[in-house]
This record gives sequence, structure tokens and C-alpha cells, in this order.
Amino acid sequence: MTKADLVEIIFEKVGLSKKEAQDIIEIIFDTIKQAFQEGESVKISGFGTFNVRKKAARRGRNPQTGEELEITPRRVLTFKASNQLKAALEK
Amino acid sequence: MTRSALIEKVAERVEGLTLKQTEIVVETVFESIKEALRRGEKIEIRGFGNFRVKERKARKARNPKTGESVDVPPKKAIRFKTGKALREALNPPEQ
Repeated sequence: MTKADLVEIIFEKVGLSKKEAQDIIEIIFDTIKQAFQEGESVKISGFGTFNVRKKAARRGRNPQTGEELEITPRRVLTFKASNQLKAALEK
Repeated sequence: MTRSALIEKVAERVEGLTLKQTEIVVETVFESIKEALRRGEKIEIRGFGNFRVKERKARKARNPKTGESVDVPPKKAIRFKTGKALREALNPPEQ
């Protein structure tokens, strides 16, 4: 499933035009992205929680060349599915 | 940010849609993703990330308290992989 499928679903179920559906889907994911950029976690009840985690710099190795290098500090996202979502998968 | 905060922010940014309508759209988006995952489908949101279902095999584990062997049934887990654009947005080069 891609964004195009979501657009189709919103178009059919909610009755927005395809253009409106497309715009709102972009805005939904962009709004979530903005929260992440602020370092905020996003909790969608019934679905799951996204957390922004900070990783410190560490030494690593290029597995291909064996060369040692510093892995720069970075922010990564983790997703934890809600119990409701996990339960839905087992049905 | 919670779901209701997300709905409010999205409603502010979308022209001509009420809070209620926005709520229905947000709800439908996550319900649709959930349904697709339930069907075992992979979800690809360009610029955001991918969700897929990963099967975890049944395994034997031990109760650490009693040392007793227990069977862990097979499980489905969700794997989220952050999209390239989002990863870059979280880590701007000047940082």
C-alpha cells in the first residue's frame, strides 16, 4: 500500500476530491515530521508510538574496507506498535 | 504529540475542512494502514517510511525464575523503517 492507495481510500470513504485527499495526506505526514524535528514523540492511540532517540557518536568500521571511522551523533526513530495493533495482527 | 493534537494541527493547515472531517481522515489513514498490515501487506509512505509485518518463529524459552522450559508461540511483529527524506530531516548536515 502506498500514499496513492490512501488517497483512493479517502476519496471513496470520506468524499473529498482526489486533490484534497492528496493534500491532506501530505499534510498529515508532514505535521508528524515537524513534531519529530522538534524532538517530540508522536503517539497515535490504537496504532502506536514513534519516539525520537538521540544516538551519541561512536567508532565504527566500514565492513567492506575494514577502515575505522567515526559514526556521527544522530537522531533515529523507533516505532512501537500499540497492543491494539498487535492484537489485530494475530486475528 | 497525541492523535488529537495531530488532528488540530492538520485542521489548521487544511483549508475548508472542519475539525470533525479532519478527524475522520486521520482516523481512516491509520485504520487503513492497520488493515493493510493485518493482510500482511507492506506499506510504503514516500518520504516518511515503510511498515511491514515480520513473522517471528516459535521458539523455546526458559522461565528465568524457575529454569522451566516454555514454548513461545509464533508471533507477528511490525517493523518500521524510516524513509530517506525523514532521516535527513532529522539529521540536517549543519548539526
